Amino acid sequence: MTGLRAALLLLIGAPVSLGAMLTTLAAFGWQPGVGGHVSQAGFAQALAVPGIATSLWLTLATGVGATLIALALSVPVSGWLIGRDWAARGLAPLLAVPHAALALGVAFLLAPSGWIARLIAVPMGWSMPPAWPLPGDPWGAALILGLVLKELPFLLLVTLAAAATRDVAADMAVGRSLGYAPGRVWARLIWPQLYPALRLPLFITLSFALSVVDMALILGPSHPPTLAVQILRLLMAPDLALRVPASALALILLGLIGGVVMLWIGTERAVAALGRRAIRAGRRGRAGPPLAPGIAALGAGLPVLALAGLALWSVAGRWSFPQLWPATLSLTRWARVDWGVGATTLGLGVTVTVLALMLAVAVLETEDRARRRLGLGVLIVLPLLLPQIGFLQGLTSGFLVLGLPPGPLAVIWAEGLFVFPYVLLALAGPWRALDPAQLQAAASLGAGPWRILWRIRLPLMVRPLMSAAAIGFAVSVAQYLAVLLPGAGRVAVLATEAVTLSSGADRRLAAVYGLLLAALPLLGFAAALSVPDWRGRDQRRAGDGA
Amino acid sequence: MRLLLAALLLGASPALADWSDTLAEARGQTVYWHAWGGDPRTNDFIAWASTQTEARYGVKIEQVKLTDTAEAVARVLAEQAAGQDTGGAVDLIWINGPNFLAMKEAGLLHGPFVADLPNARFVDLGPGAPASVDFTVPVEGYESPWRLAKFVFAHDAGRVPDVPATMAGFVDWAAAHPGRMTHPNPANFMGASFLKQALVELAPDPAVLAQPVTDAAFAAQTAPLWAWYDALRPNLWRQGTAFPENESVQAQLLADGEVDVAMFFDPAAPAALIGQGILPETVRVFVPKGGSIGNISFVAIPFNAAHRAGAEVVADFLLDPATQAHMQDVTVLGSYAVLDPARLDAQAQALFDALPTAPALPALADLGPTLPEPHASWMTRLTADWAARTTP
Repeated sequence: MTGLRAALLLLIGAPVSLGAMLTTLAAFGWQPGVGGHVSQAGFAQALAVPGIATSLWLTLATGVGATLIALALSVPVSGWLIGRDWAARGLAPLLAVPHAALALGVAFLLAPSGWIARLIAVPMGWSMPPAWPLPGDPWGAALILGLVLKELPFLLLVTLAAAATRDVAADMAVGRSLGYAPGRVWARLIWPQLYPALRLPLFITLSFALSVVDMALILGPSHPPTLAVQILRLLMAPDLALRVPASALALILLGLIGGVVMLWIGTERAVAALGRRAIRAGRRGRAGPPLAPGIAALGAGLPVLALAGLALWSVAGRWSFPQLWPATLSLTRWARVDWGVGATTLGLGVTVTVLALMLAVAVLETEDRARRRLGLGVLIVLPLLLPQIGFLQGLTSGFLVLGLPPGPLAVIWAEGLFVFPYVLLALAGPWRALDPAQLQAAASLGAGPWRILWRIRLPLMVRPLMSAAAIGFAVSVAQYLAVLLPGAGRVAVLATEAVTLSSGADRRLAAVYGLLLAALPLLGFAAALSVPDWRGRDQRRAGDGA
Repeated sequence: MRLLLAALLLGASPALADWSDTLAEARGQTVYWHAWGGDPRTNDFIAWASTQTEARYGVKIEQVKLTDTAEAVARVLAEQAAGQDTGGAVDLIWINGPNFLAMKEAGLLHGPFVADLPNARFVDLGPGAPASVDFTVPVEGYESPWRLAKFVFAHDAGRVPDVPATMAGFVDWAAAHPGRMTHPNPANFMGASFLKQALVELAPDPAVLAQPVTDAAFAAQTAPLWAWYDALRPNLWRQGTAFPENESVQAQLLADGEVDVAMFFDPAAPAALIGQGILPETVRVFVPKGGSIGNISFVAIPFNAAHRAGAEVVADFLLDPATQAHMQDVTVLGSYAVLDPARLDAQAQALFDALPTAPALPALADLGPTLPEPHASWMTRLTADWAARTTP
């Protein structure tokens, strides 16, 4: 147990704290190798960046706005999805699509020459694209839309997972028997009881939305951009001295996220008090118009439309405004694809996922054998709660000082920080829920712990293992900053290529890479779902018990 | 006898002997060439170059596609900061003025190396020659030229036949065509070039621009520029509240019909984009009648490059007349050669004479005079001042 604890501290705790420490030191003017006088000048410099106040406001509006909207939508939609067998299966592909791919598709959809504008242009008789400021509008609306489309399925999935631990049908029956409308039973009686399980995912979502880079580069405002993009711009500037205000801004962003989370916790009580008053008022409500299916259709339809747009652009020849369909089709862009980039993405994803799975199994098995929890929960989810831009740059310089040159190894380690927590969270529930009877039976027949693990436990867990692998793989494929910074540009993956090409002239080539980026995790999920079928019905049923 | 001959050869031509050492050392190396990756044709050209250098010299090129050249500079700076003096991640950088100045001043470049390249004999490296200064900063052998850049505008002649004759004329033009004109964000090289082009035309005393910038000079020389820009900005695309990230995004806007004007630092770029089906066939190049600023694109080698010999071999390959002619082919890259025509032999000249033409490809004579770039320090100030003036 102590060995594993040390390994986790070394693999996850050390890089995160090293990265955060070096970022903090850089914010106060000291950088490894360069040195420098410790001062607060970096903060003054950071606050003097043109438009920084607007950047701060935009960050708050997009990050908090998107999370609130996604949360508000998730309540009725989760109530509608509950008890539908296909819910999780339907959400998985939406979750799997990387942010950058979805952002590209949404950008093409919203652009003045995109499908939406063309649909309006034909009846309106427009010959030129409208002058609407999308994407990249100065209010961040396009970015909010993109974030909501990604956050909603995530919140839905965690709500459904939390609901699965309760007898929702019984609660619903009680509520209905008291005369409450079904939507009300869900929103006022059941959902509030699920909320404690949603807090950590919500905080992860908030932190992510407040610090997202790839999606903000494609959909967000640029003049000025959100804080995280501003930090990236300063980090990438040729003047090394600008690392200091960049790091100071990273600390400010961290403070902002901390402040928002505290405010959130404070508001929870007020909202709970209001909610209790509403419940005491006892209004039963009436069955209103069914909004939830509409929201669900939009939430699933827009991404599908966005990806369909990517697919069409990737094979479009000449496609002038306002035609709804390209005049000619052409495969020239597909012929230009660098398949090596796809192979690198696949290789990194598989490597990181396998390592994360092994580590997760080690953690869970060790906990089982020691009959107590490892108690490193905060450490494990820390990489998800901290803004990536806040510690990945520090981590990259830390890796360099320690003699780990930028490259695939550094990328694998950095990606692992984000892949491992998801894999562990995905695996922990089914692992702990496995009926111990079979394991005890095996033990009573004289099987040792390794044999039980290898012959009984893991075969029973094939399905959860494959789901966890698919999630880990999707997280790996979606990483942008964790490849860009520790890879030093040497490691090209689909996400970095797609974001780079989004600022090129060839929309068709960008579409090809965006589509490939979306396809890879979807194929991962398809493969994960097919393996248990292939392994046979009995084991699948056993795995279902998990 | 053999030894004597070798000794004589070495004594007679140390550079050539060094070059054969370089070739020997380079064999088997992979050169990580950090180059802006936003232009697929350039990417394809670099991939082609890799097949050529691998076949000829056993040197592979791996392009590290940047969204901004500054990323590579930042990488080398980080390595220097971490004390990594050898085995650096960056072997070769496609570099331009301010980044070159920043790296040269910080001692981050390997060199001088250009004079040792065998193909440098085709380039005019004399003082005052275009290839010997980069944004008024003397090159001094620390970067090797590879392609010519000259600022041009492009417009869709099928949609808007009239174009302004001068930078000053853009104010009236934009007032007549509100929202149909923009420029890349000056944080990007291309956007800064747009401001510099205007500065060179509008400055009361353009000669001052060749000197490093001072507060007084900046205030005096940019006053007419900002007055012009304030008049222009309200009629820009999205009322001048947002700007495309770079010239490629602006080209995409032109292709989509969102704007009527694009700008490039490569006179052949519109013809090339037409050839790829990205721009409409009616797009044509135009330049202000007083001429436009121009410079040469260079490649430089960081002081700690892991594959320095390979990088030198690639730099030399880029100067080969056959490579330059291939690059000037509009179906390939369409970049004008950096070689001095007077130094080419008949065989090399024939390669250039045989190149195809295209309707959107301007003749060199139509491009007007090439105006000198301001000193690199002006661009930094210009960019910062623009950001302070326009960021809400």
